[in-house]
Amino acid sequence: MRVKKRIGIALAVAAIMAPLAWAALAPLHARSAHAREHLFEIPQGTWERRMKGDKTSILPERVVLTLGVRDVLLLRNRDTVPQIFGPVLIMPAQDFRLPFAQAGEHPFDCTAHASGTMTVVVEEAPTAGLARLRWRLHHLFKT
Amino acid sequence: MKRRVVLSLLLAASVAQAAPELKSGVFSPARVAPGIAQKAADGSDFRLSRLRGKVVVLEFGFTHCQAICPASLSLLTQARQKLGAHADRLQVVFISVDPERDTPARLKTYLAQFDKSFIGLTGTPEQMAAIRKDYGISATKVPTGPDSYQVGHSSYLYFIDRKGMLRALMPFGRPADEIVHDVNLLWAEQ
Repeated sequence: MRVKKRIGIALAVAAIMAPLAWAALAPLHARSAHAREHLFEIPQGTWERRMKGDKTSILPERVVLTLGVRDVLLLRNRDTVPQIFGPVLIMPAQDFRLPFAQAGEHPFDCTAHASGTMTVVVEEAPTAGLARLRWRLHHLFKT
Repeated sequence: MKRRVVLSLLLAASVAQAAPELKSGVFSPARVAPGIAQKAADGSDFRLSRLRGKVVVLEFGFTHCQAICPASLSLLTQARQKLGAHADRLQVVFISVDPERDTPARLKTYLAQFDKSFIGLTGTPEQMAAIRKDYGISATKVPTGPDSYQVGHSSYLYFIDRKGMLRALMPFGRPADEIVHDVNLLWAEQ
C-alpha cells in the first residue's frame, strides 16, 4: 500500500516537473518566419485624431522583442496619410517589416504616437534554465 | 493527375518558403523611389532614373560627419570590394544633408577617398530639403561651438531595386556581408 502511494507521488511530481524541465531546457525557436513578426497597425483616422488634439496612445511606447524568436517589427499603415517611423516613411496601405539582429534599445520618432517616440527593446534569447522557464511562463500568460 | 497537382503545389510551397529574405527592413508593397534630378559633385547631370538596371543604395550624410557617415561609406566600399567582378551591380549615391558646407569640389574629393564610383549630390539648401522631404528624412543642425555644428540625420541605407522601386532600408552598422547579400538578392530578381 505504502509502495503504491510512493509511486503515485513520484508520478505526480514527474507530471509537474517534466513540462517545467521541458520549458526550461527546450530550445526556443519561431515556428515560422511569420511567427517572428510583432505586428502593429496604425489605424485609419490616427492623423485626424492627433490633429484634433486626441492624446490617446494607439501603439505602445515600448515594445520588447526577443532575438531569434520574435525579432521582427511589422508596421502596417492603415491610415490615409503617410506615417513616419524613425527614418522610414510608410505610405498609406503599406507595410514595413524591420528585422533586428542586435540586442539593445532602439528609440524611434513616430508620428503615430502621442508622445512622438517609440522604443523597441531587443533582448537576447534567454539561456537554458531558469531564464528560459521564466520567459516561457511570461509569454504563456501574456498571450 | 491529382497527385501530380498536389506534388507540384507542395514543391512550389517549399521553394517559396525557402526563398531567402532581405536582411534590411522591407516595404510591402514597394513604391517607386522618388525621382532625383540634381547636379552631381563631378558636374554631370544626375538623374536617379538613369540608374535603372543597377541596385542603388542611397546614403544621406555630410562630409564633416565624424563617425556615422565615414563608417557607412567604408562598409559600402567593402561591399563593392566583396562583390568583386560584380561590383557594378551596386551604385552608391551619397546625398548631402549639409549643402552649405558640402561644395561639389569638397564632396567629390571626400567620396574619392572611399570609392571613385560613388556619386555625390549637393545643391542649394532648398533643393536638398526637397529630396529629403520625398524620402521622409529630417536633418537637424546641432551646434558644437560658436562656429561649428554637426547635422543629426537618418543613418539608414536606402535600397532601390533595378526597376527603380524603393525596396528596403538597412540600419546603420550592419556588416558589409549583409549589404552584399541584399544587393545580390535584388540583382537576381527579374
